[in-house]
Amino acid sequence: MVPISYYLILSAVLFGLGVVGFVFKRNIITIFMAIELMLNAVNLAFVAFSREFNQLDGLIFVFFVIVVAAAEAAVGLAIVMVIARNRKSLNVEDVNLMKF
Amino acid sequence: MSIAMLVFIACGVMAVVGAIALILAREPVHSALALVLVMISLAILYLLLGAAFIAAIQILVYAGAIMVLFVFVIMLLNAGEEVRTNVSRLAKWVGLPLGVFFLAEMTYSLFREYGNRVAATTGAAAPVPASTQDLSIKLFTEFVLPFELTSILILIAVLGALVLAKRES
Repeated sequence: MVPISYYLILSAVLFGLGVVGFVFKRNIITIFMAIELMLNAVNLAFVAFSREFNQLDGLIFVFFVIVVAAAEAAVGLAIVMVIARNRKSLNVEDVNLMKF
Repeated sequence: MSIAMLVFIACGVMAVVGAIALILAREPVHSALALVLVMISLAILYLLLGAAFIAAIQILVYAGAIMVLFVFVIMLLNAGEEVRTNVSRLAKWVGLPLGVFFLAEMTYSLFREYGNRVAATTGAAAPVPASTQDLSIKLFTEFVLPFELTSILILIAVLGALVLAKRES
């Protein structure tokens, strides 16, 4: 049996890579994918804890996270399409109206 | 080394390689395929953890529906190679060390807290895999209100996507 700490560390590494992608990528769609990667990493931690403590609540939470991720992807990609139509670009540095 | 350990190592390496490929790829389509690789290896890990239903919806909803949506938008917008620009100095000199520090701290504290828990799970008190039946009973009794609320959430998301993507005439 694989110890729970291995799952948690894999989850932490995936989350960290998601943060790195979120900060360093310049394409707005790829930034979105990095967010999905972070959500997946959190789901892995939830499932591992759920198994470890024999509680089903973690799995229920993962279920809701997946539902919310689907809704978020639908709305977010619609926003990406509107930005691409108005700015004629997918680079986040072209979307700087509210930049400090 | 047990078979479970071997499967875990294979899937873990596959997931990390996929995540690194997502960051390094220049074309958005390559990033999307790398993310599908991560999601499939995570689904196998869920099976290893005994969460069969979660593994199924991971494949169906994440690797299926959401990633198809991503690939569809990439195709629709004709997203080509990423324009390389200078990363801001703040991100490079402050963000990267902070990210590495955060990761190291998280790994250390998780290992200290749960690193020696393996003995507790191999004995008679080993956790049993959660069956889909138990999960659905819990979902439709204790969590029935949040479950119904998600349907409203999905409805609002669909309406929002429609309104946003509508072409102004």
